[in-house]
Amino acid sequence: MLRRYLGLLGVQLRASSLLAMQYRGDFVIEGIISLFWTATALAPLFVVYRERESIAGWSFGEALLVIGWFTLLQGILEGAINPSLTGVVEHIRKGTLDFVLLKPADAQFLVSTARFLPWRSINVLAGLGLFVYGFRLIGRAPSPVGVLASLVLLGTSVLLLYSLWILTVSAAFYVVKVDNLTYFFTSIFDAARWPASVFRGALAFVFTFVIPLAVMTTFPAEAMLGRLPWTSLLWAVVGSILFAFLSRRVWLHSIGHYTSASS
Amino acid sequence: MSARSTLRALPTLLRIGVSEAVAYRAEMFVWVLSTTMPLIMMALWTAVAREAPVGAYGSQDFVRYFLAAFVVRQMTGAWAAWMINYEVRQGTLAMRLLRPISPLWGYAAENLGAMPMRLFVVVPIASFAVYTVGWRSVPETVWGWAFFLVSLFGGWLITFLVNVAIGTLSLYMESSTKLMDVWLALFFVCSGYLYPVDLFPPVWRTIIDWLPFRYQIGLPVELMTNAHGFGEALGLLGRQWLWVGLMLVISLGLWNRGLKRFAAFGG
Repeated sequence: MLRRYLGLLGVQLRASSLLAMQYRGDFVIEGIISLFWTATALAPLFVVYRERESIAGWSFGEALLVIGWFTLLQGILEGAINPSLTGVVEHIRKGTLDFVLLKPADAQFLVSTARFLPWRSINVLAGLGLFVYGFRLIGRAPSPVGVLASLVLLGTSVLLLYSLWILTVSAAFYVVKVDNLTYFFTSIFDAARWPASVFRGALAFVFTFVIPLAVMTTFPAEAMLGRLPWTSLLWAVVGSILFAFLSRRVWLHSIGHYTSASS
Repeated sequence: MSARSTLRALPTLLRIGVSEAVAYRAEMFVWVLSTTMPLIMMALWTAVAREAPVGAYGSQDFVRYFLAAFVVRQMTGAWAAWMINYEVRQGTLAMRLLRPISPLWGYAAENLGAMPMRLFVVVPIASFAVYTVGWRSVPETVWGWAFFLVSLFGGWLITFLVNVAIGTLSLYMESSTKLMDVWLALFFVCSGYLYPVDLFPPVWRTIIDWLPFRYQIGLPVELMTNAHGFGEALGLLGRQWLWVGLMLVISLGLWNRGLKRFAAFGG
């Protein structure tokens, strides 16, 4: 079973990298645009830190780590999660989802691995660059344990991001015109750019428990700095698995209620 | 196509725009939710201003500023670039060209037709601003209101015309949505959407004063929150409408030349 799915993953990956190779010119343009985006995304940070040494307990170098995680996750989101799942929305609209559902493999697996944009890996590199620069400003290296913990959190963040996307896509089964869903999602994700302690009151609650942005970027940055409590790490792991389970249930439910194009 | 028949068709076009906005209200709601950036920036900047004010802005001023930014963004939205891109690629632009009125009027009417629906979001937000941070959240004088409305219309016109210009470029290249992304990135940084333009270093300020972005969001927001005196406001409005004029020339020029290149099936 597992071997069959691994084989399938290989096939899908090969197909989408062939597709990406077809448009080599795009690689350069997309790369430049994504570096440009990262640069402009830093602009607010410079403006904010021109005023203050530290904000909500985060110095400039430390805030850079959060932005680094944001950029890295953005690369994963736009390179591996977004493209294939945007395809689902397209499938629903055109009524071609029926063909996917007919295939003898799990539909969620098939739609989630349908398309990758390899050039988004530039974002991941930009994120790593920000880590290096951030730590140089702070003036010390991350602890090995911290790096290990942040790698675990990378896993949970990707799982959370993916589950959130599945929930958003499931909404596409109920709402008719959903071109904006991608924009909606990315603009909410934008808040993850800032250390979570900046947000107070209702926003803090929403960003920790409802849309766990704090877990995605602030936790890994804190782990790298070696100041994330172990209980938080544990909660992040348990929480993200629960969240993934929930999104899976919602997906199955929406698929079950999906009335195909012909019925 | 005479000016008179265009004028006669406009009310109908606007009515279609309004009914479309009503029909796709869920879509509008999603869009409104995806423009929450000012609210996030508000949380951030009030956190920065908690200990001491930033420039001329205290916590309350930031709340006022960003609620106004939210309102202005709702009222100056345009999405013609994506529509034109899509219709050029699909060839459906030919349908619009068959009508005896320029498609640009159609796009404009669709944008403007959405505005009445937007009021359902904007008015409560503005009232909330007045309720929490006082009457300075809306213009305090009659000329202030007049200037604000004029700047709002100017801001929309710049946004719309830029959309037309960039959308039209899809007639020259395969797709201009990438270009639109670049424009949007510059827009976010330079328009006063993420932070008041006062907070830029002085050198940057001068550059931004001459770029169009500030007049899309920043100026209407400043006028809404009573940031300028009469003379200064008038000068800034002049610059805004200079940009409107320039954009009009650029976008119409591109559009007219570009259409000659448009060769959908049957064309």
